[in-house]
Amino acid sequence: MTGTHSNNIPDRLRSPLIRMIASWEFLLLCVGVAIFFLNVQASPYFLDPWNLSDATFNFTEKAMIAFAMALVIISGEIDLSVASIIALVSTCMGFAVQLGADTPMLIGIAVLVGAACGAFNGFLVAVMGLPSIVVTIGTLSLFRGIAYIVLGDKAYSGYPESFAFFGQGYVWWVITFEMVLFVVVAILFYILLHRTSFGRSTIAIGNNPTAALFSGIRVSRVKFVLFVLTGIMAAIAAVCLTSRLGSTRPSIAVGWELEIVTMVVLGGVNILGGSGTIPGVVIAAIVMGMVTFGLGLLNVPGIVMSIFIGLLLICVIALPIIIRRTRHRVAG
Amino acid sequence: MIPHRLSRDLLLALALMALIAVVYLRFPTFATPASLLGVFNDTSILIILALGQMAVVLTRCIDLSMASNLALVGMCTAMLNASLPELPVPVLVIIALVLGALLGSINGLLVWKLDIPPIVVTLGTLTIFRGIIFLISDGQWVNAHEMSPAFKALPRLEVMGLPVLSWLAITSIACLYVLLTRTPMGRAFYAVGGNPDAAVYTGINVGRTRFNAFVLSGALSGISGYLWVSRYAVAYVDIAAGFELDVVAACVIGGISIAGGMGTVAGAVLGALFLGVIKNALPVVNISPFWQQAISGSAIIIAVIFNARSERRPGRIILKQAEQT
Repeated sequence: MTGTHSNNIPDRLRSPLIRMIASWEFLLLCVGVAIFFLNVQASPYFLDPWNLSDATFNFTEKAMIAFAMALVIISGEIDLSVASIIALVSTCMGFAVQLGADTPMLIGIAVLVGAACGAFNGFLVAVMGLPSIVVTIGTLSLFRGIAYIVLGDKAYSGYPESFAFFGQGYVWWVITFEMVLFVVVAILFYILLHRTSFGRSTIAIGNNPTAALFSGIRVSRVKFVLFVLTGIMAAIAAVCLTSRLGSTRPSIAVGWELEIVTMVVLGGVNILGGSGTIPGVVIAAIVMGMVTFGLGLLNVPGIVMSIFIGLLLICVIALPIIIRRTRHRVAG
Repeated sequence: MIPHRLSRDLLLALALMALIAVVYLRFPTFATPASLLGVFNDTSILIILALGQMAVVLTRCIDLSMASNLALVGMCTAMLNASLPELPVPVLVIIALVLGALLGSINGLLVWKLDIPPIVVTLGTLTIFRGIIFLISDGQWVNAHEMSPAFKALPRLEVMGLPVLSWLAITSIACLYVLLTRTPMGRAFYAVGGNPDAAVYTGINVGRTRFNAFVLSGALSGISGYLWVSRYAVAYVDIAAGFELDVVAACVIGGISIAGGMGTVAGAVLGALFLGVIKNALPVVNISPFWQQAISGSAIIIAVIFNARSERRPGRIILKQAEQT
């Protein structure tokens, strides 16, 4: 959303601000640790390594997209079409399998389709200057709509055996391929956001696009690249998910976009853009995964877990605001 | 500005008529008055919701929780009716309205008092409301035979040739039109969305105005909740799931600027009708309903490209002048 930029940017960073940002991840980490111990207390099955390993599937695929989404949101935009990109990518892969494509070709097709979807979003948002929330609501319908046109009420299956490794394979003992991929992607995105000029540009654009433009940042190019990147990450998630499920339906990953945005915001990324960290998103992903898994062990239905996720989202955002207010009141 | 907006609504109306004409060529009975009134009736709930979303969007917010609000209120009224069949239906309608407004006020309070971005608040309440439906219903359905006949009959009841459902949509359109063009509150919606900082200086309480918009959208979601459940004669956890995006789509096609402060009631209604006509026309012209999503997606993208021309903000012009001097 185009928000009011009421958060004035200080000309130098104040230490309380740093402390607050630091405390965000700290707060989240505390919540995570508390949930971990509650889970250990609540169920004897929680600490089983195989169970824990299975539980990571709850968040690894979503988190991979969440990293790219975090960058998009930091730049002041949003991409609601990610789940639909998964559906379209998965459908294209299924279609290719019917024509006899092998695993490397499937991966190639996935990345190409994902990048193309991202480029389409990026073109409309960055080049034509349209509001991303509306554009991606449109492409959300469009991409999944194409999947529905192709598949209707049918499903694709019959993926090659070697394709199953991405979503079901183990690298070593309980360490799944997806876990390794999650860690690698997290590190790459950490470097991209916090250690490169591209990441700096992204944060600058989110804080003040006009100022960023005048300081020589190619605003529309950065935004375009971010959308393409999100498309590619959605494609990678689609490969993992399709491989794990072994089939493609047009309703695959429906509603994920909101869970991914929740994950990003929970991770401390400002929904209005301009700030956020990758470690925050990593912790948020793990916290969400643990909540889902722990409640699942207690036979709490998925829909009830979503109440917790929703409450977590609102509370985690509201808490610092309330704390800041009371502090202001004490100081003033 | 106003003649310009009017011309956009006119264009959309023409596009809608062209759409109907195309269907008419393949299938003449689609354009009969009775059939078109049927389409209007079928789109009524979307129209009511689009009007509520419009009020919120005008104030530069967004309400993604409308469909969950609808489903929660729908489940509550259905369960009330199932357990207390003697409760008169008008009372249930009022309960739906109030309950919806209460749920909307939760969104409004969080936006007003805590300054949380509306998209985050309503993303949260979207999942929370939906979860609460499961908690109160235990995942059970309320089926047609558990509802009283009067409960199911009201939306279909014909008054002066039109079902009550259509009349409620017409009433909502009239009320919103008066509210937005003839009252200070309506003016405040436009002012807050157009320029929140300037609105403060003209003595408008921005937070309170947004709160009002959320209560309004909540109330309209609530009444839609009753209508949805009684019309389809079933209530379960997933009713209207994902419908919030259709509602936003209707607003976008109707030319309501997502950046706030711009939009007309006619636009919202036409946007909703556009989607409604597509949905009803597809089976008629023998296109698989699976095409619907892609078509409405394309319609949104075309509409937003089209809107962009009229949405150029004055601020940019000032910047360009500053650049030149």
